[in-house]
Amino acid sequence: MKKTLLLSAFAAAGMAAGAASAGTLDDVKARGKLNCGTNTGLVGFAAPDANGEWQGFDVALCRAIAAAVLDDPNAIEFVSTTGKTRFTALASGEIDVLVRNTTWTFSRDADLKFEFTGVNYYDGQGFMVPKDLGVSSAKELDGATVCIQTGTTTELNLADFFRANNISYEPVPIETNAEGQQQYLAGACDVYTTDASGLAATRATFEDPDAHVLLPEIISKEPLGPLVRHGDNEWGDVVRWTLNALISAEELGITSANLASLVEAADPSTPEINRILGTEGTLGEMIGLDPDWAARAIAVGGNYGEIFAKNIGEETPIGLARGLNAQWTDGGLLYSPPFR
Amino acid sequence: MSDHISFVRTEQLPELPPPAREQGVVKWMRENLFAGPVNSALTVVSIFVIFQLVTGVWPWFANSVWNTDSLSECRQVLDGRTGACFSVLTERWNQLLFGFKYPSSEYWRPALAFLLLLPAAAPVMFFDLPRKLLAFTAIYPFLAFHLIWGGTVLIPIFAMAGFVGAYLVFSGLVSRSFLWASVGAVVAALVIWRVGGMLTGMIGPDNPTLVSVPSRDMGGFMLNMILGVVCVSLSLPLGIVLALGRQSDMPIIKIICVVFIEFIRGVPLITLLFVANVVLAYFLPPGTTFDLILRVIIMITLFASAYIAEVIRGGLAALPRGQYEAADSLGLDYPQAMRLIILPQALKISIPGIVNVAVGLFKDTTLVSVISMFDIVGMIRGPILASTAWNGVYWELFLFAAVLFFIVCYGISQYSQWLERRLATDHR
Repeated sequence: MKKTLLLSAFAAAGMAAGAASAGTLDDVKARGKLNCGTNTGLVGFAAPDANGEWQGFDVALCRAIAAAVLDDPNAIEFVSTTGKTRFTALASGEIDVLVRNTTWTFSRDADLKFEFTGVNYYDGQGFMVPKDLGVSSAKELDGATVCIQTGTTTELNLADFFRANNISYEPVPIETNAEGQQQYLAGACDVYTTDASGLAATRATFEDPDAHVLLPEIISKEPLGPLVRHGDNEWGDVVRWTLNALISAEELGITSANLASLVEAADPSTPEINRILGTEGTLGEMIGLDPDWAARAIAVGGNYGEIFAKNIGEETPIGLARGLNAQWTDGGLLYSPPFR
Repeated sequence: MSDHISFVRTEQLPELPPPAREQGVVKWMRENLFAGPVNSALTVVSIFVIFQLVTGVWPWFANSVWNTDSLSECRQVLDGRTGACFSVLTERWNQLLFGFKYPSSEYWRPALAFLLLLPAAAPVMFFDLPRKLLAFTAIYPFLAFHLIWGGTVLIPIFAMAGFVGAYLVFSGLVSRSFLWASVGAVVAALVIWRVGGMLTGMIGPDNPTLVSVPSRDMGGFMLNMILGVVCVSLSLPLGIVLALGRQSDMPIIKIICVVFIEFIRGVPLITLLFVANVVLAYFLPPGTTFDLILRVIIMITLFASAYIAEVIRGGLAALPRGQYEAADSLGLDYPQAMRLIILPQALKISIPGIVNVAVGLFKDTTLVSVISMFDIVGMIRGPILASTAWNGVYWELFLFAAVLFFIVCYGISQYSQWLERRLATDHR
């Protein structure tokens, strides 16, 4: 009796697993909600506001996907994941897409069986020093004490950088970013190093941000992007092209302000805009969505540039410059394949 | 002899006050603070340190800001002075207490559940109170569940009906056979829950009076309280059973209990929590996730019960052999001997240890922040410190959490001291 129960439980599990792999896109549509894996809280990228509404740069991409698929930017179940639980949450099917400052690396792509569907933020490891130190380049940091989070890739990158430049340093190991801020402010170390976006956010919280400078050197590549499970290419396409639609929208000048008029006008002289907005061609049909899927995604928070400016841009307390995250036409790395 | 009149005092002299240095504050200070050169020196140093501490901390409290919307605004108001930005508490107190997803219109429900906890726990904790109050204690778990989670009222009603049915079957059959009574009780409960589940599905209202709040939306100090109260109250009976099982003469039961206790004690709690959160998700079919809070409650309860079992085993071992023999010679069977003679004494000895475990367990509930549940520490470390408005506030938030935990833990410890005094029957 017990054995049959167990067997049938396994059979049910197998069937359910089979049903799940039938297509995340169909699952999401049937459920009416997108399960989006996000951070437990990262300044500017994902954090709930005083009303409990999730806000941030990563969150905006989740909302755009939900709007494209379900026509409702709020039809999302945000699943907070830590650095340790994020990959199991995605692999087990608890979440449909993970947008959580996750660096695209070879082993995560190949070994963990995930598919990175693009890059929404190009980050890299940087240095912050007090202005009084009078240092203008990381190469002048010979003999400096450096606050560094233990057990991270930043630790390895740091060692590589100093060895390559043949200068010495003394590491001050810290456990968390919060501890790092305190140690750095207390003068326990001359330099604080972590991802450049994190440094900028940290600096913004200081009582006197102008007394600290970020050095120009970026010593590692940290392309952060959304990822989905291996083997569900239809769903991967939806996530990839939603991100590309936001990037292309900025390149082509589609903003949340002129979106409605562009849809209405459907000017024949701008065919790519029309194809993105679904007034021409059948791109939506090809990825299993309505013709106006991209228009809905852009309508939520505007194009990539608008989302950037609102959440982490120079007008915000975090104050990140576009840098590598500018359009390729402006000297950045953002380059969306054509909508054709 | 008549010319020699000796002086005879007819009434007693009024008592003179003791010398100034032998009374009141002066005496106390001389004896306790300035008894000798070393003592005096230490006193002076201590007073100096305390003075430094108070004057150092005082401006932080005195200049505190309570009504700004962000850390930068708060710093503007402070304008360079030292001061606390307690405005993070006034803006985010609800998130610290209830988590950021619990609907704010429903805050009264967990608050009411907390208030009702006091009368529900009182008859258990203070056994001088009339025993009839225990009826409310029995209802309370279902009432609290309904208040906090909401949804249709049928679920707690059927859950309660299952226990009542099990009790009736048990008490009806127990005179014939303890074993069959136990089996019958379990069967009765399962039948009632099964039928109740189907009925709830059929006749349950679509829009219950209390809006249903999923477990995912629980958070803040409320989550710590839920986990702490539920796990302590479940792990105590389980720990007693395990302790008795470990002392049992029946080899299989003994082995099971020993293996369980030693396994749980050999594994860190955080590992068990990761198992509950991450590993179980691999074994369950996708989509059939069973409630995360329930998983965590099971894990913490198992963990605490293993420790409580060892504490109680210490109590059992401390009882003189004569107590067991006395019970046997009175003709009491095993349950009677345990219930009437052994456990009351063993538990009394174990009180400090049990309270120690309970306090530790309550504080351990903050570990759930590591598996991305938003208890009070999770709220502080995650959403609040990650908001652009409040990134950089540490002391104020963690001080608030520490105060809440201190109140609860100090209360538990005071209660245990009262309990020890109340139960003291020896003549020391």
